[in-house]
Amino acid sequence: MKHKVATTVNGQRREHEVEPRLLLVHYLRDVVGLTGTHIGCDTSQCGACTVTVDGKAVKSCTMFAVQAEGKSITTIEGMAAKDGTLHPLQQAFWDEHGLQCGFCTPGFIMAASYLLSQNPNPTEDEIRQGLEGNLCRCTGYVNIVKSVQSAAKAMNGSKANAGEHSAAARRS
Amino acid sequence: MIPAAFEYARASSVEEAVKLLKNYGEDAKVLAGGHSLIPLMRLRLAQPSALVDINGIKGLDQIKESGGKLHIGALARHVSIHNSQVVKDKLPLLAEVAAEVGDNQIRNMGTIGGVVAHADAAGDYPTIALMLDADIVTNKRTIAAKDFFKDIFTTPLAADEIVTEIVFPVANGPHKYIKFRRRLFDWAIVGAAAQKMDGGWRIGLTNVGPTPVRAKAVEEALHKGAKPEEAAQHASDGLNPSGDLRASPEYKKHLARVLTKRAIEQAG
Ligand SMILES: Cc1cc2nc3c(=O)[nH]c(=O)nc-3n(C[C@H](O)[C@H](O)[C@H](O)COP(=O)(O)OP(=O)(O)OC[C@H]3O[C@@H](n4cnc5c(N)ncnc54)[C@H](O)[C@@H]3O)c2cc1C
Ligand code: FES
Ligand code: FES
Repeated sequence: MKHKVATTVNGQRREHEVEPRLLLVHYLRDVVGLTGTHIGCDTSQCGACTVTVDGKAVKSCTMFAVQAEGKSITTIEGMAAKDGTLHPLQQAFWDEHGLQCGFCTPGFIMAASYLLSQNPNPTEDEIRQGLEGNLCRCTGYVNIVKSVQSAAKAMNGSKANAGEHSAAARRS
Repeated sequence: MIPAAFEYARASSVEEAVKLLKNYGEDAKVLAGGHSLIPLMRLRLAQPSALVDINGIKGLDQIKESGGKLHIGALARHVSIHNSQVVKDKLPLLAEVAAEVGDNQIRNMGTIGGVVAHADAAGDYPTIALMLDADIVTNKRTIAAKDFFKDIFTTPLAADEIVTEIVFPVANGPHKYIKFRRRLFDWAIVGAAAQKMDGGWRIGLTNVGPTPVRAKAVEEALHKGAKPEEAAQHASDGLNPSGDLRASPEYKKHLARVLTKRAIEQAG
């Protein structure tokens, strides 16, 4: 039996009838038509499918679309501004060469956006720990870490009270 | 891969979930965080006829201290257990263990009730529940952890029984959990936990057999005054771990001894 799911994807309301077994990642790619979210494994390990659901990073291959009822989802397509200006994380991955083939990149950017929402000023260790659920076969991670550091700097710099919020907002 | 088809229903209370499970019959399953169940369904190692989604049950994720015990609702996610001030104050070992389960994405979804009900030999919370004599509370009864973890993936839970909370003793003395693995997000190859409690030590081991293990021989040796290094030699007493891709039985026994020693020494 099909079920109705109403979600908000990148700010846009969506309503569909779906089979319960439809994974969120297939819903996003095949039903909504947003193919930026990738599938890299069958074991919930690689993180290529990472999106945020109500602000929390999740692996969309390990959730059914019916579980997203009433929730707000952000995918890589929702990161850039309407006028096409890249999100600081996207810009930083470009500038710091945080990708090679790019297959893992959408997942890394979504996982990093969650990480920075929890901890706007992470150390290298905290970045590596925070991205432990994402695998990259190409880069060796060094430039990914640099990209996240550079994005954190850019995002903090763009806030009026730069410097003050970081300690307070940091996860205890 | 795509899971086999199933019926799906959301429950808004434990009673409703139990009723749904009864109606769907034996092959129905509870869906909590989905992070053990969905991977198995994708590989078609599990093909439940129906899933009863308990994520919408209000209050089932509550974490509180009451009557001198720490009550963790079955739906409490790993991330909430890690961040909970009550857990940090009353049983900091559990908050630290929660931070070691999977990765950020998994911790945002996975629940303690799911880990306990699933009873994977490499699950981290079952070790803590067993060594600290926690209780597993269901809609029907209270089961002591020592009677709960029967075998790998095997518990006394009936098909229409739902874990509602896990009740731990309060213990905020020296403690340490060491999880040995090759990559951060991996399951434990072997894990060892030490907790000072009621004047003695509690020692638990993860993934050295089909169920978690309480290393009573180590606890007794410490009680008699043995040094951590001597006591930890008993960590592998009576163990008969199976080998897997990552470690042979001998290596797991070696790890049990070494990690137990480190856990006691580093307990702070
Ligand atoms: C890549 C990866 C790495 C992981 N690493 C670890 C690790 O290192 N350590 C670890 O402990 N776990 C690990 N996990 C597992 C993770 O913690 C799961 O979240 C957990 O095992 C299951 O909890 P869940 O809430 O996701 O349960 P689900 O997957 O929803 O359910 C699991 C089983 O328990 C049953 N169930 C769930 N809740 C209840 C309930 N309240 N009452 C009765 N039955 C219930 C379900 O019917 C199902 O049979 C990992 C998972 C992945 C994908
Ligand atoms: S596709 Fe690999 S974790 Fe989701
Ligand atoms: S850039 Fe190729 S997998 Fe990461």
